[in-house]
Parts: sequence; structure tokens; C-alpha cells
Amino acid sequence: MSSRAVRKYAVVFKVALAERLVYRGDFFVATFLRFLPIITTILLWRAIYDGAGRDNVGGLSFANMVAYYLLVMVVRAFGSMPGLSSGIARDVREGDLRKFLLQPIDYLTYLLALRAAHKLVYYVMAVGPYAIVFWLCREYLPALPGARSLGLILLTLVGTLLLGFVINCLLGLLAFWFLEVGSFLYLFMTVQYFLSGQMFPLSLLPDGIRRVVTLLPFAYETYYPTLVLLGRMPAGDIARIVLVQAVWIVILAAVVRFAWARGLRRYAAFGG
Amino acid sequence: MVSRCTMSRMAVIQVRDLRKTYRVVRKPQGLAASFKALLRRTYKDVRAVDGISFSIERGEMVGFLGPNGAGKTTTLKLLSGLIYPTSGEVSVLGFVPWERRNEYRRQFALLMGQKNQLWWDLPAIESFRLHKEIYEIPEEAFLRVLDDLTELLAVKDLLEQPVRELSLGERMKMELIAALLHSPSVLFLDEPTIGLDVVAQAAIRRCLREYNQTRKVTVLLTSHYMRDIEALCDRVLVINQGRLVHDGLLSDIVNRFAAYKVVTLRFADGRMPDQFGPVAQVLSRTPPTVTLRVERTSVAEQAARLLADYPIEDISVEDPPIEEVIAQMYSAGIAGLPAEEARDVVTGRP
Repeated sequence: MSSRAVRKYAVVFKVALAERLVYRGDFFVATFLRFLPIITTILLWRAIYDGAGRDNVGGLSFANMVAYYLLVMVVRAFGSMPGLSSGIARDVREGDLRKFLLQPIDYLTYLLALRAAHKLVYYVMAVGPYAIVFWLCREYLPALPGARSLGLILLTLVGTLLLGFVINCLLGLLAFWFLEVGSFLYLFMTVQYFLSGQMFPLSLLPDGIRRVVTLLPFAYETYYPTLVLLGRMPAGDIARIVLVQAVWIVILAAVVRFAWARGLRRYAAFGG
Repeated sequence: MVSRCTMSRMAVIQVRDLRKTYRVVRKPQGLAASFKALLRRTYKDVRAVDGISFSIERGEMVGFLGPNGAGKTTTLKLLSGLIYPTSGEVSVLGFVPWERRNEYRRQFALLMGQKNQLWWDLPAIESFRLHKEIYEIPEEAFLRVLDDLTELLAVKDLLEQPVRELSLGERMKMELIAALLHSPSVLFLDEPTIGLDVVAQAAIRRCLREYNQTRKVTVLLTSHYMRDIEALCDRVLVINQGRLVHDGLLSDIVNRFAAYKVVTLRFADGRMPDQFGPVAQVLSRTPPTVTLRVERTSVAEQAARLLADYPIEDISVEDPPIEEVIAQMYSAGIAGLPAEEARDVVTGRP
């Protein structure tokens, strides 16, 4: 891309920042509330560990387990794309896509710039509530990573963000073929909740199933990055995870481009 | 039927035999039929644009008329590259619109009165700045054009206000500015004044006229408000059921298609006939004045007869209002147009 083109999306980013900062109100409280469901999960695991009579379930101690759920929240802050797929579906259905076809701007790159801005605002706002919760739970958490692995960790999180982006784009683009994608998105979210290791660490799955599930991009979107944050991984493994993430991002981005091109032809055929 | 289809080399917009057929799913009525339709969908081909040709030269401002569903918006969408045609050729500024090249997209704008492009929660100026980057407009040009347009439309002090707080008219003016910021050389306008009050309509018309005159912008405009068309366009294209039925001067529509004239008579001594014969229909009768609708071909004869038989103080012969002529064109199904000809081609598909 030329520098002018980059500038274009940089301004989208800036304008989106400005727009996001308009809504602040109950953000602080809402961020705390997101942690509430974890309490139930943790109590459930407490009972499981007590029942097992040992501090090891699937290779994780109880403290690890609590840390896992807390860190999943951090990873999800990068990978989750609220409103992305449904937003694309709405743009397709209601014809708002039109202006992106009229203007010399690429819709998908535009969405990425927009999302990056939304994420940035979110991190700035959420860092306070997260810090408080993590301080309260400090005894469960691993030591802070050193400066050297911090770089790799950030890279994994960027990988998570991009993976989340392409996956959700693809889901949203389904609207070109199906008028109503809402219920499908809901179904997908549920399956993804399991496959990405948000429900429980994938290491708890029976071997055969685990081997298949950990091949899918979803594992690289949440499960592996969470393990990286847990600090239970040598640098070589982290690098491998980043690499697999990159491969998935490239493959899925190509599929997204293909779906976009095919979808547009169809969109045009049905009235634009 | 098409009176003007010369393809001159100067033409900015050239359309040749353009067709667009939509395939729409037929929604059957009733529960049983709906179930059947789950397995076997029936489609209906709708010929939205059915072989139209025209060309528009640089700096022309052309009105595009036709009833709802005639194919106006479809044509504008084809010209701006939102949709692909079923067949036919289009060239705008030398580009094929539906290839959507950035070079083309930087040179035209499509403004739809019922769609908005501005960011709802931000002041208009933020959206304009975004446009500046999207269209890669140099800073000086941006400031100059913005200054001109905000002056012309009197919205200078509203730039900093969130768009959602603006009135419909103000918002439309901002939309128009957004469409003109990159100094497009071709402008497609679909109902730019819809829903606006008279003052805002006039402001937008004034802006368009001035813009067209100073910059030689080529404009193709649809509007339900005949006043927009009258004020802005010498030439009009009239489309009905996907076909071009008139391409020429607005005033020619009346000459070509009005079947009657409106004759108003004032009788000198209150004496007036009860009947005016089969070729004249009484529109209103308020002694001593009568307004008649007289078939065009017999106006002279009728007038002569009345003047001979009655003491008439004043007589005026006028064309009917253009709206009426056009409405009549639409409803009658113009001669030469196969009316409800097999428009619905129903095909069953497994």
C-alpha cells in the first residue's frame, strides 16, 4: 500500500477513536461485571478439586485453573470482536455496504482500522478494572513475564486479534448468501466457546478429540495464547504458536477475500 | 422511440442497450404453498432496465424521470458501479463503472436522498476530514471547496455539531457537501431533496446550479419534485417500465404527450352554454368563467365556434401542468410500449 493509502486508514482509526470516546458512561462497572461469571466457574472447580482429593486436574493446579480463566479474559479482550460479524451482516442486508463500493476505500481494511481503534480505547478504559481484579487474585497468578518474553507474548496477542478478525469477517460475509445469520452466529459462538478453550482448558479433553480440536484455528485464537500468558511455555513453543497463528491468518484472510469477491457479485445481482 | 442516441466523442456518459434483469424469489401465499416453496423455489425475472441507450455530454444537467420502479435507481446504480448489468455497455469518463477502479471512484459521486454517509455521532467536519483522506484531497483544495460549499448552503456554524442533532434539511446539505468535497466531475443524484422543506429544497437547487455552472460538472438527477427538474434541467430522460420513452427537452414532453389543452373562457354577459360538446370536458364552472379540457386537435375549431356564438371577454389556452402530463404518460402506458407484456417470466427451478 502506498503511504497515502495507509494514511487513509490511519484517519479512519483516528476518527473512530474520537467516536468511541463519546460513549464512556457505565463502562467501568460493565468491565467488572464481565468477571462475575468466572466466580461461578471457580467455585465449580473448587468442588472438583476437593472431590478429586489432589491439586492436579489435567496437569493444572487449582491456582493454575483460576489463573487460566482470568487470563482467558485477557486473551478474549484481543480475540473477541463484538458486533463485527453482525455489523457486516447488517451492512449487507441494509445496503450500507453501498458507500464503501462508491468510495475509493476498501471495506475490510476499513473495518480493521475501525476495530483497532475500538480495541485501543477498550484497553485504555479496561486497564483499571483489570488491574484491580488481578491484584485481588494475585495469589493465583503466575509471576509477571520478563521483558524478553513480553515481546513474544504481545505478538501472540496481536495474532489473536487478527485471527478473531478474519474469523468474524468470514461469518459476517455469510450474509451475502443467507438473509438472516443471527441464529447461525449464535450457534457458532457456542461451538467456538468450547473449541477455543474458553469453557475449559483443552488439555482436559480425551487425547483423540484434543488432537483434532487443537489443530483448528480456534485453539490458536484463545487456548494457546492463554497458555503463553500462563507462563508455562518455553520461547521456542511460543514462536511455533505465533507461526501457526500467522499461517491461519493468511489462509483465512485469503478465504475472506474470496468470499468478499464472490459475495459482491451476488449482492450486485440482487439489487445492490 | 428514442429521439437522441448519437454517440458523440465528447460524451461523458455513454449507455448502449443497457439491460438489468433481477431474479427475485417468489414468495407464495399460504402455509402449504410455503412448505412447497422450501423444496422448490420459483423465481421471477424482473426486467428493471430493459435496453436503454443515451449519452450525456460534459456539463449537461439531465433530469431522469419515471414512476416508482421504472428503473431510475437501477440505472444510477449501474452507472456508479454498484451493480453489474445483465447486458449492454456503459462508459463514464472512459471507465466501466462496475470495475470500480479507484481512479473512477475519485471522480464521481452518488447521492441518495434516503441514505446517509456521514458519521452519525460525530460533527460533520470529522466526516469531511475522513473524506479528504479517502479521496486523497489536498489540504488547500479541501479548505477552499469546504469554504465555498458551507457558504453557499449557509451551514458554516453547524460543522462542529454532531450530525444526529441536525435537522433533516441541514443533514441533507451536509450530505451534499460530502458528495461534492472531492470535486467530482460526474454527479448522480437520486431524490436529493426528498422530504425537505421548500427553503432547504431551494438552497440545494441553488447550490447544484451554481456548482454545475462554475465547474462544468455533469449531473444526472432524479426527483419526484418537478420543480427540481424544471429549475435545473433542460433535458430530461423519461423512463417507464425499464424503457426510455423520451429523451429531449422538458418542454417537448408536453408537446409530444399532452392529449389536451386547458381552455379558460370568460363570458361577457353571463350567458354561457350548458354543453360544450363531446371533445370538451368541463373542469370548473364559476360564472362567468369556465375552464375546459379540450382535445388538442380540436382546440382551434372549438375556440372559433365559441367565439362566434357567444360574447367572450377573455380566452386563454394553456398546456396542462407538466406533472399531469407525465402522470398521464405513466398510467396510460405510452403508445409503442407493450403494456403488461410478459414482464413476469416465471421459471420453476429444482
